[in-house]
Amino acid sequence: MLYDIRLTIGYSYPVPAVGGRHLLRLEPLERPGLQKCLTRRLTVTPEPVEWHHRRDFFGNDTVEITLASPHSECRFESVARVERHGSDRLLDVSPRPADLARYIGAARGLDPHSPHHFTGPSPRITPHVEMTHWARHATAGAATTLDTVRALGERIHEEFTFDPNATDVHTEALAAFRRREGVCQDFTHVMIACLRGVGIPAGYVSGFLRTVPPEGQPRLEGADAMHAWVRAWCGPQMGWVEYDPTNALQVSADHMVVACGRDYADVAPVRGVMRTSGEQVTRQSVDVLLVNEPDQPGSVPVIT
Amino acid sequence: MPGETTDPVSRFLEGYVPPAGVPDELLQPDGEVRPVWAGFIKRLASMPPEKLAARMAHGDQYLRDAGVHFRRYGADDATRRDWPLSHIPLLISEDDWQEIAAALTERADLLERIVADLYGENRLVSEGHLPAALIAQNPEWLRPLVGVKPRSGHFLHFVAFDIGRGPEGRWWVLGDRTQAPSGAGFALENRMATTRIYSDIFAGANVTRLAAFFRAFRDTLMDMRAPGESRVGILTPGPMNETYFEHAYIARYLGFALLEGEDLVVQDGRLMVRTINGLGPISVLWRRLDAAWADPLELEEGSRIGTAGLLRTVRDGNATMVNALGAGILEMRALQAFMPRLSQLLDGKALRMPNIATWWCGQKSERDHVRANTGQMTLSSAHATGLAYETGNIDPPEADLDAWITRMGPAIVGQEQVRLSTAPAFVEGTLRPRPMSLRVFLARTRDGWRVMPGGFARIGSSPDSNVLAMQQGGRVADVWVIGRQTEPAETNLPRPDGTFARTPPGALPSRAADNLYWLGRYVERSEHLVRMLRAHHARLAETDTPESPLLALTRQHLEVFGCRVDHPVPEALVQTIGAADGSAGHVSDRFSVDGTLALRDLHHTVRAFAERVETGDDAARAMSVLLRKLSGFSGLVHDNMYRFTGWRFLSIGRALERAANITSCLATFAAPDAPAAGLDLAIEVGDSVMTHHRRYTVATNRETVLDLLALDELNPRSVLCQLGDIEGHLDHLPGSGQHRQMTPLSRALLKARTDLALQTPGILDTDILRRLSAEISDMSDQLTLAYLS
Repeated sequence: MLYDIRLTIGYSYPVPAVGGRHLLRLEPLERPGLQKCLTRRLTVTPEPVEWHHRRDFFGNDTVEITLASPHSECRFESVARVERHGSDRLLDVSPRPADLARYIGAARGLDPHSPHHFTGPSPRITPHVEMTHWARHATAGAATTLDTVRALGERIHEEFTFDPNATDVHTEALAAFRRREGVCQDFTHVMIACLRGVGIPAGYVSGFLRTVPPEGQPRLEGADAMHAWVRAWCGPQMGWVEYDPTNALQVSADHMVVACGRDYADVAPVRGVMRTSGEQVTRQSVDVLLVNEPDQPGSVPVIT
Repeated sequence: MPGETTDPVSRFLEGYVPPAGVPDELLQPDGEVRPVWAGFIKRLASMPPEKLAARMAHGDQYLRDAGVHFRRYGADDATRRDWPLSHIPLLISEDDWQEIAAALTERADLLERIVADLYGENRLVSEGHLPAALIAQNPEWLRPLVGVKPRSGHFLHFVAFDIGRGPEGRWWVLGDRTQAPSGAGFALENRMATTRIYSDIFAGANVTRLAAFFRAFRDTLMDMRAPGESRVGILTPGPMNETYFEHAYIARYLGFALLEGEDLVVQDGRLMVRTINGLGPISVLWRRLDAAWADPLELEEGSRIGTAGLLRTVRDGNATMVNALGAGILEMRALQAFMPRLSQLLDGKALRMPNIATWWCGQKSERDHVRANTGQMTLSSAHATGLAYETGNIDPPEADLDAWITRMGPAIVGQEQVRLSTAPAFVEGTLRPRPMSLRVFLARTRDGWRVMPGGFARIGSSPDSNVLAMQQGGRVADVWVIGRQTEPAETNLPRPDGTFARTPPGALPSRAADNLYWLGRYVERSEHLVRMLRAHHARLAETDTPESPLLALTRQHLEVFGCRVDHPVPEALVQTIGAADGSAGHVSDRFSVDGTLALRDLHHTVRAFAERVETGDDAARAMSVLLRKLSGFSGLVHDNMYRFTGWRFLSIGRALERAANITSCLATFAAPDAPAAGLDLAIEVGDSVMTHHRRYTVATNRETVLDLLALDELNPRSVLCQLGDIEGHLDHLPGSGQHRQMTPLSRALLKARTDLALQTPGILDTDILRRLSAEISDMSDQLTLAYLS
């Protein structure tokens, strides 16, 4: 599948910010065999005085920028054409849930994909007995680790209400869990907390989701935001499996990854420190359009 | 038995009975005084008790005068506590000390190798010597720093170890301090206080001095700077930190700038200090800030005490952190369980000084051992970084401990309970044995690790080994390493305990300048409020008509400052004095201790007055007390404060505030329609009653008052005099000397001053005064823009 992606995030400040420093994770990731970026461009207004690119610990593309002049608006735009290959639905060779701990213990090393980073508390997630207890019930009878992941995801999808006004970016997993509502970030955090609670290493993925328009209707442009889902470690053979609790589906060619981490704090699209006061206003829009001619990059104009 | 009663040492030690089962530092098992203590104890024993008590009081007085304190965290606030000095130093022979130093040097090297691996190749984990889960789950393993090699080549530069002597007389390591060890400055202060108590004994006791250690470390830090003008700073979390006093003390002692996160800014990957001259380079930070708070961009996102972008400067090799960010992982308690094996693996030998036996419950055999021996174990969090007897201990449930240990597994460690040796402490006039541990400091210098010959000892408040922490009432003692030599120290050594050569003052950080400026303003504002309140209450006490037009005017004038006179000591006054105290607290490294104490006393007094003072005469007298204390503070500042740039900011703040207050006072009380008694009040609040009497033979009238308080340049209370003073200070600030070019600030000042100087009392009206007020307030904004932001 070939997609044109455009993301814009804008901030406005009631009092002009006198400079600021931001860490951006906004561009689709290069993932050999799964996701290939044919073109990629990130623009920031006002023009940053410093621009520094690097890979973070988890391998995400990170840009650190510095804004100097006072500004009351700030805009980030990420435009990319991405080729995405779905992974075939693999045979479930994940271990029995009860055996997983042994496999985790046998995993040595602290490379970014090691399950050890994803088992306990992380900056935004603290497993809680209430969620763990609920998760155990929801997944009782699951024969394999992957089954457990699916059962939990489906249960969250069933029981939770999607409501953008119920929570905000700072809502904690436990609060969202108790309300049984929220947005993709909340569902993802809750599911991660539950998975870690029952002993399955789990992490956070941020990215884009292709929105399939309802039949006969035009696609609503700009109606979407950045998306989030879960990755769970299903033993050494299956490795990491991605699951989207907001839509109750195992991730395939409709999801494009921007960053992976332990929770939102590791992958926040814009993390920043600026000298200003007052409440800032944020706007975000995302367009993910399917390009019809997948084999001829460049023949379709990139939307800018 | 006349022989026994006449031996003063036996009499002195009467009642000193060490508990069975642990060694005592003072007495040998046979009850004889150990040789290293003999001379000291003999001198103490020969002193009359009252003389000894007086000497100890003298040491306490020194600490109080020096303002030495730490903060103790209570249930709901943090309060300052006097430094809890235990007056009897701990004496250790040089031979014993050499062995301690050699063992701890080996340990420091071993820790360096471990931390270098954890942030480098990570072979200890990948080869199975350390469990991956233990490292990955520890919040001090900082992922953004994985793979980053420190600019200096080393992670550890300054470390401390807590050690204690166990039942067999062997020393044990109780904890490794690698994050940002505190106490080195307190060790210095202990030494100062103790040498005052025992000045005569100390001189002849061959005690190894501390100054050379600090000098060597200071030189090393200087050597690590980038070429050019780059400097060294001490990074502190700020005045609310438990050991802030020490940060300021060390900064003063070593001559380094004391910096908070907001003093620093990152530009093109380089670390800079905001100063009143603009940004200046800095490349070495001795940090007293825990790493997690150092950079809100990449570490703890809620941190308000860090510097955004700091990690980038580290990654780019432009800043050396002492110690490297992330070195705190070594403090993890569970690591002690692996130290014996890591020593064998990396050094090919056993630890020269063992650490207390530790079992990590993430492994089955270790867990089983802990389960079988819970009676002799302290159970605590595996990731805790505090000392065994300090923090991180978790309360295991009473019932079903066994199941709890199994369930907690990797999250906990069991540590053998240590019974520590005892050392003498002075308790209610007699010598008593108390459990003791030592904190030993090591600094990496050009020639490798150097051990501070001393450090400090913690002395328990009760005979129980578990109550050593200062937070729980334990005390601290100086440590004397007693040399063998009886001849005087070599003369080619630099003067011990001497001061360093005078260094040119570095550029003043903007935040320090800002705090000094506001300190000046708040103190002056307090004085104005106090004078006005005194005038108000004195008149209130004499009148039958509290609704008189004059009292209405004072009420109205005070309300502009948020002071409501229906309370005799208005909350706004308490807050203004509190703000002055707070500003001084932020610059205590640049400010005299006496001044700080005077302000603290003032703050304390005004709060006490707010509780009990009554309207009228009582309030007027209370204000007189406050005024005397304020004058005391101003006297200290102006007689004793070094005339560095910071003093100028303090003085500008004072002059600007005074000019503003007198101007608005005149606009109100010398207005043509104001009651006639207002003129006398203005003169009184302007502290110029005597001057007026001397200069004008007539009673006050509008023109004499305006002349004296606004236009008379010889009156230190006049507006014109204040503006002249500010002008004088501005000439010494950066940016003013170049080509005599005027800045917006100097232009505004010159205009205001000239306009005022051209006035005569006859034409100076309320409108002109109000305009002048506005101009003065603009000057403050200009100053802030130019130097303080």
